Amino acid sequence: MSNQGRTKADTTAMLKKYSAAILLGIMILINLVITPNFLSPGTLWNVITQSCTIILTGMGMTMIISTGGIDISVGAVMALAGIVSAKLLPFGLLPAVLGAVVICSVSGMLAGFMVGKLRVQPMVVTLALLIGVRGVAQVLNDAKIFYLSGENAAAYKSLGTMKLFGKVPVQIIPIILAVGLTYFILEKTVLGRYIQAVGDNPKSATLAGINTARTLMFVYMASAVLAALAGIFDTAKIGAADGNSLGLLAELDAIAAVAVGGTSMSGGRAKVFGSVIGALIMQLITISVNMNNITYEYAQVMKALIIIFAVYIQREKTT
Amino acid sequence: MARELLLEMKGIVKNFPGVRALKGVDFSVAKGEIHALMGENGAGKSTLIKTLTGIYQKDEGTILFDGKDIHPRTAIEAQMEGISTIYQELNLVPFQSVYENMYLGREPVNRFGRVDRAKMKKDCEEVLGELGIHVDVTKPLQTYGTAIQQMVAIGRAISVNAKLVIMDEPTSSLDTREVKVLFGVIRKLKEKGIAVIFISHRLDEVFEICERVTILKDGMLTGEVGIEEIDQLKLVSYMIGREAKRLERTKKGYKFGDGEIIAEMKDIWQGVRLNGIGIDIKKGEVLGLAGLLGSGRTELSKVLFGAEQPDKGEILWAGSQVRFKTPKDAIKKGMGFCTEDRKVEGIIPHLSVKENLTIALLPRISRGGVVSQKKQLEVVNKYIERLKIKTPSPNQPIRNLSGGNQQKVLLARWLCMDPKLVIMDEPTRGIDVGAKAEIEALIQELAANGISVLMISSEIAELERNCDRVVVMREGVKLGELTGDDINQDAIMVTIASGAGELEKKGGLTNE
Ligand SMILES: Nc1ncnc2c1ncn2[C@@H]1O[C@H](COP(=O)(O)OP(=O)(O)OP(=O)(O)O)[C@@H](O)[C@H]1O
Ligand SMILES: [Mg+2]
Repeated sequence: MSNQGRTKADTTAMLKKYSAAILLGIMILINLVITPNFLSPGTLWNVITQSCTIILTGMGMTMIISTGGIDISVGAVMALAGIVSAKLLPFGLLPAVLGAVVICSVSGMLAGFMVGKLRVQPMVVTLALLIGVRGVAQVLNDAKIFYLSGENAAAYKSLGTMKLFGKVPVQIIPIILAVGLTYFILEKTVLGRYIQAVGDNPKSATLAGINTARTLMFVYMASAVLAALAGIFDTAKIGAADGNSLGLLAELDAIAAVAVGGTSMSGGRAKVFGSVIGALIMQLITISVNMNNITYEYAQVMKALIIIFAVYIQREKTT
Repeated sequence: MARELLLEMKGIVKNFPGVRALKGVDFSVAKGEIHALMGENGAGKSTLIKTLTGIYQKDEGTILFDGKDIHPRTAIEAQMEGISTIYQELNLVPFQSVYENMYLGREPVNRFGRVDRAKMKKDCEEVLGELGIHVDVTKPLQTYGTAIQQMVAIGRAISVNAKLVIMDEPTSSLDTREVKVLFGVIRKLKEKGIAVIFISHRLDEVFEICERVTILKDGMLTGEVGIEEIDQLKLVSYMIGREAKRLERTKKGYKFGDGEIIAEMKDIWQGVRLNGIGIDIKKGEVLGLAGLLGSGRTELSKVLFGAEQPDKGEILWAGSQVRFKTPKDAIKKGMGFCTEDRKVEGIIPHLSVKENLTIALLPRISRGGVVSQKKQLEVVNKYIERLKIKTPSPNQPIRNLSGGNQQKVLLARWLCMDPKLVIMDEPTRGIDVGAKAEIEALIQELAANGISVLMISSEIAELERNCDRVVVMREGVKLGELTGDDINQDAIMVTIASGAGELEKKGGLTNE
C-alpha cells in the first residue's frame, strides 16, 4: 500500500518522529553562529561532563514514565548516594560505591512496592521519598558538607575528573553504559515489552499474563540505582557531598528531558534516544547561555519555552 | 424515484502515514434515508465517517450537506451543522450520570449562568422516553448495560437537532433483544425525517433496516444500490471481490459423551453476577455460553481465567484442583482469553501489531529474557497472512488498524500460544463476513486438533454453527444445556426465556 509515493501524511509523520533531533540540530546551528568558540572539542567535553546526571536520571525516568508513573525522588536519592558513599569511603572505593547503590535501591524498592503492590499513586509515593530521603541524607552528616578526604579520596575524585586518552571526560563511560543498557532492556527484552505494555494499558497487560507489580518494582529500583550512580559521579566531580544541594531539582531536568524526547507522560512507547536528545537540548541551553554570558535565569526561560514547544509538536491528536 | 440528497461527498481522499485509506470516494445519503455503509475490515468506512464529522481532515474532495459546502474541523462543528455520530468505540464518561453524559460539553445554563440541572434531567428523560427508554437518569451511566449507554449516545445525537445520525457498528456489542430496541429507535428517527448512516458487518441487519447501501473496498467505491436490487451473496461479492464461504453448521451429533474433561468449574459464586454455576469443558470441544447481556457469561470466563476471584466454588484443571491467582497462572496451564472489549481489555494501543500479537508468547520466544526477533517475526508474519490482517507493516501501532483488524491481532495473540483452552468472548465482534467465515473455520480447526474452545457470543446463530454444546445462562445460573444437533436458535431463545421468573425476583439488576 505504501508503494504509491509519499503523501503529505508521510512527511508530517516523519517530521514529528524526528522533531527532537531536528530541534537539537537547529540549536547547534544557532550556536555555531552566535557562540564564539562553539566549534571546539572543549565544548563537546563540557557537554559530556555536565550531562552525565541528566542522562543517567533521564534513563530511569524514561522507563518509569513509560509505565505511566513518575519519580520525583531522584534528586534526593542522588544526595543520599553522595553522603553514604562519602561516609563509606574509608572502607575502600568499591565498598563505598556498592554500599551507596544498595542503600539507594532500598528507596527504589520501597517506591516500587508501594506503586506496584499497594497501588498508591507514584507522584505521592515519590514525593514522600523526596522529602524523607533527602532528610536522611541531611541527618547523616548533620546537614553539613562532607569533603572527600583520606587515602581513598583521590581515587574517588578521579571518577569525576579523570580523562580518557588524556582528553575524553570519564563521564562518557556511565553515559554510554546507561543509555546502552536502557535501550537494550526496553527494545530487546521481554521485560522492556512489559514495561511499555503496563504503561500503555495496564488492564490488557494483566490479561495478557504480565505481572504488573513486578514490572513496576523493577523500574523504580532501576531509577533509584541510576540516580545513585548519578549522585556518585556528581560527588566525585565536586569532591564533596552536600546533602542539602546535591541533586536538587535533578528530577525536573530528567522529566523535562523525557518529555522533550517524546515519551508520553501517560505511559506507553518509551523513546530512549529521544530522552538522550532531550537531555542534550537541556544541557546545550545551559552551556550556550553560559558561553554567551547571558544570565542563568534566561536559560530557565529558554528551557521552559523549548519544553512547551517540543511537547506541542509531538502531541497526539486524540479521536 | 428521485432522491432528495442530504449529504453529498465527492472524491474524498484521506492518507495516513504509509496508508492510503480513501482514494477518491463518492458517497451520498438522501433525506430521511437509512443508508448502510459496508465493506471489509479496513475498507475505510470509519475513516470516511471521520472525515465527515471533523475528526480527520480530508486531503481532497468536497462535502455538500443540506445544500451547503461544509468543512468541519472538529466534532463540535459537525454537530452544529446537524451531523451526530455514535462511534465504533463509545466515548462517554462512565461514572457520570446519564443526563450529564447526554449534555456533556453543551450543558444548558439558566439565566444566572449556572448549569441548569433540573432542565437537563427533564429533557434527558423526555428524549430517552421518545426512544422508548425509561431509566433513572441520575444514576451513573456505567450502572446500565452497553445497550442503554448506546441509547444515551443516540439520545445525545438527536437532542442536538441532528439531520443525520451516523452509527458506526452500533450493534456489535448488543444482544438480539437489544438490537430490536435499537432498530425501533432507528425507525423512529426516520419518522422524524432524520437520515441514518448505519455501519454493520451483520448482513441480515442491513437487509432488515436499510434502504440503500454503499459498498467500499480498499478505500474505493465498489457499488451503491437500493437494498431491493441486491441479495446477500451479491453484496458480499461486492465487498470482498469474490464469493464468501457459506456460514453453516458442519458438525453432526455429539461425540464428547465420555470425553476427557479439561476444565471444570463447580458451584461458582461471585458478587451478584454469579450465583452458583458450574460448567465443564471437554478436550477438543467447542462449548458455547448463551444468554443475554449481563447474564454472567463474561464474569464466569474471567473467573476461570484467574482475572477475577470467585467468592466460593472450585475449579479443576485436567482433573486436579487449581487456584489461578492471576491470568498468568492460567496462561501457564495453557489457557488463552480473547476479551470482549478490545479497547479497554485487549489492545495495547501504542505498541505495534508485532508486539501486541506476541505479548503473551514472549517468554517462550526469548532466551535469558532477550526476545528472539527472528522467531517473533516468523510468528507474526504467519498470523498476518493466515488471518489476513490488514496492516502496512508489523511495526504499525495497533491503534492505527481498523477495528476488525485489531480484533484479528488479538485472536492471533492466543492462537500462537498453542493453547489447550481458549476462551473467546465475542470473537467475531466487528469482523467482516469474509474474515468471519475464516475465523469460524479456524475455531473448528482448533477443536479438531484437540484444543477446547469456550465461546461466548451474542449472535446465537454463531453459537448454533460452531458449538458442540451450549450452556444457557441467566442471572449467573445455568438454565439448561443443549448438545449436538439439538442446538438451534429457537431452543436457545426458549431456554433463555424460561428463566424469566428468576430475573424479576432479583429485581432486574443492572443490565435491564
Ligand atoms: N489513525 C490512523 N493511522 C494510520 N492508519 C489508519 C488510521 N486510521 C485508520 N487507518 C487505516 O486506514 C484504513 C481504513 O481504516 P478504517 O478504520 O476506516 O476501516 P473500516 O472500514 O472502518 O474497518 P472495520 O470494519 O474493521 O472497522 C485501514 O487500513 C487502517 O489501517
Ligand atoms: Mg471501522
